[in-house]
Amino acid sequence: MTAHSFALPVVLFSAFWGLVGIAAPWFVPKGPNRGVIITMLVTTAVCCYLFWLIAILAQANPLFGPQLKNETIWYVRFLWE
Amino acid sequence: MASVFRSEEMSLMQLFLQVEAAYCCVAELGDLGLVQFRDLNANVNSFQRKFVNEVRRCESLERILRFLENEMEDVVKIVKLEKYPETPLPREMIDMETVLEKLEAELLEANQNQQTLKQNFLELVELKHLLKKTQDFFEAETNLPDDFFSEDTSGLLELRTTPSAAAAKLGFTAGVIKRERVIPFERLLWRACRGNIYLRYTEMDTPLEDPVTREEVKKNVFIIFYQGEQLKQKIKKICDGFRATVYPCPESATERREMLDGVNTRIEDLNTVITQTESHRQRLLHEAAANMWAWEIKVKKIKAIYHILNCCNIDVTQQCVIAEIWFPVADAGRIKRALHQGMERSGSTITPILTTIHTRMAPPTFNRTNKFTAGFQNIVDAYGVGNYREMNPAPYTIITFPFLFAVMFGDCGHGAVMLGFALWMVINEESLLAQKSTNEIWNTFFSGRYLILLMGIFSMQSPWEQACLFRY
Repeated sequence: MTAHSFALPVVLFSAFWGLVGIAAPWFVPKGPNRGVIITMLVTTAVCCYLFWLIAILAQANPLFGPQLKNETIWYVRFLWE
Repeated sequence: MASVFRSEEMSLMQLFLQVEAAYCCVAELGDLGLVQFRDLNANVNSFQRKFVNEVRRCESLERILRFLENEMEDVVKIVKLEKYPETPLPREMIDMETVLEKLEAELLEANQNQQTLKQNFLELVELKHLLKKTQDFFEAETNLPDDFFSEDTSGLLELRTTPSAAAAKLGFTAGVIKRERVIPFERLLWRACRGNIYLRYTEMDTPLEDPVTREEVKKNVFIIFYQGEQLKQKIKKICDGFRATVYPCPESATERREMLDGVNTRIEDLNTVITQTESHRQRLLHEAAANMWAWEIKVKKIKAIYHILNCCNIDVTQQCVIAEIWFPVADAGRIKRALHQGMERSGSTITPILTTIHTRMAPPTFNRTNKFTAGFQNIVDAYGVGNYREMNPAPYTIITFPFLFAVMFGDCGHGAVMLGFALWMVINEESLLAQKSTNEIWNTFFSGRYLILLMGIFSMQSPWEQACLFRY
């Protein structure tokens, strides 16, 4: 199953990290370590989400494509048509 | 307010303690580990402080303990108990002093006896070998007069049949020398006596144990035949110079046999005595080993308490000890409870008095950590300890440090290895902590186990985001 849309992964991962970073902190049990755990969750969510988002946006909007030789391009065109 | 995001609020207080209660109160505060004592006697030389004698006594106790530990090293294993012993009272120090000094004296005496016995044993064994070897010498010696007395041809036939008579003309010295020294010994004898002596030597088969250095040395048995008193003196001096032990060896074979029997019985007796002294010494060490660890901890604690008491002011007129302490405001209740306990333990009735001091001094920075955050706080402090009540970057470091590590490392396979290693360390935390290893590299890894755990987790998930699973 190929993901044709670009929106699906974005929605999925945003929801996941949003769960981790925004929803989960409310459910951390009260205790001496509450502050530390909430900080950890939020920092993890922000860092990992940002990292993933930048990677996927950069790969979806590349600066240049693969540098192929002319023979290769002709052969690929032949194969795919 | 106590928080992990800022360093804690500290307060400076002056503590008035009764002199008798001072020791116990300081002990209780030491067990608590939440208080920093200011050094009020910074300008006083360490040899002029009040409790310098007690510190000296502790140092001598430590010396005795080190000596005992050395003796026990290859013999007995020192048992480490689970719980640390309680802080001892000052009068316990006097008991420990008597016990340890007695132990030291007994052990020194046992060592000395063993050394003398081993020395005697060595001499007897050498003598035994000597007697055996000289047997061969004297039998071979019947050919000797041929080379020696070329002028006296008529007496040769008689000499051949009566070796004892020939031996009577010659004097001889028998002894034992180290194998390395034999060749120079022979050369020097030849030169000094102008070739007028006859030296024979053979190797001793068994190497002997030197009692002082406890090494094995190889020795040779030698016998020197000479004529005349002057040569005898020369030979004696040369033997002394080469540290060759000379033994009186009787001339006739029957006397030698009797001596050999005597020596054998003496060797057996000495063996039994040596084994008995050895077992006595082992018994002493075993008894001491049972208490060694507890003693070491107790002495360390006493010494630490007296160091702290040295930092305080002693006000003799009012019979009290004045100390200045920094402590976190959040722990004021625990400290007051500890002081109360110390006062009860020492049996005094006057409660310690705490008064606040208002000062412009910069209070110390204290960041409360648990076993998880301690590793990260260490990394942050390595770059520099923050100012008082400054924002503490450690909680953010817990995640950002492993995350950036994973961005650079990004290897799923090796990340799995790190994760496995860290999981093993964390799961077996208690048993590994109890081992108290002194290996620095292992301690570094173990104290950073949570760091490695997080680095492993992030390393495993970062490659998926970078779409680069295995880095080579």
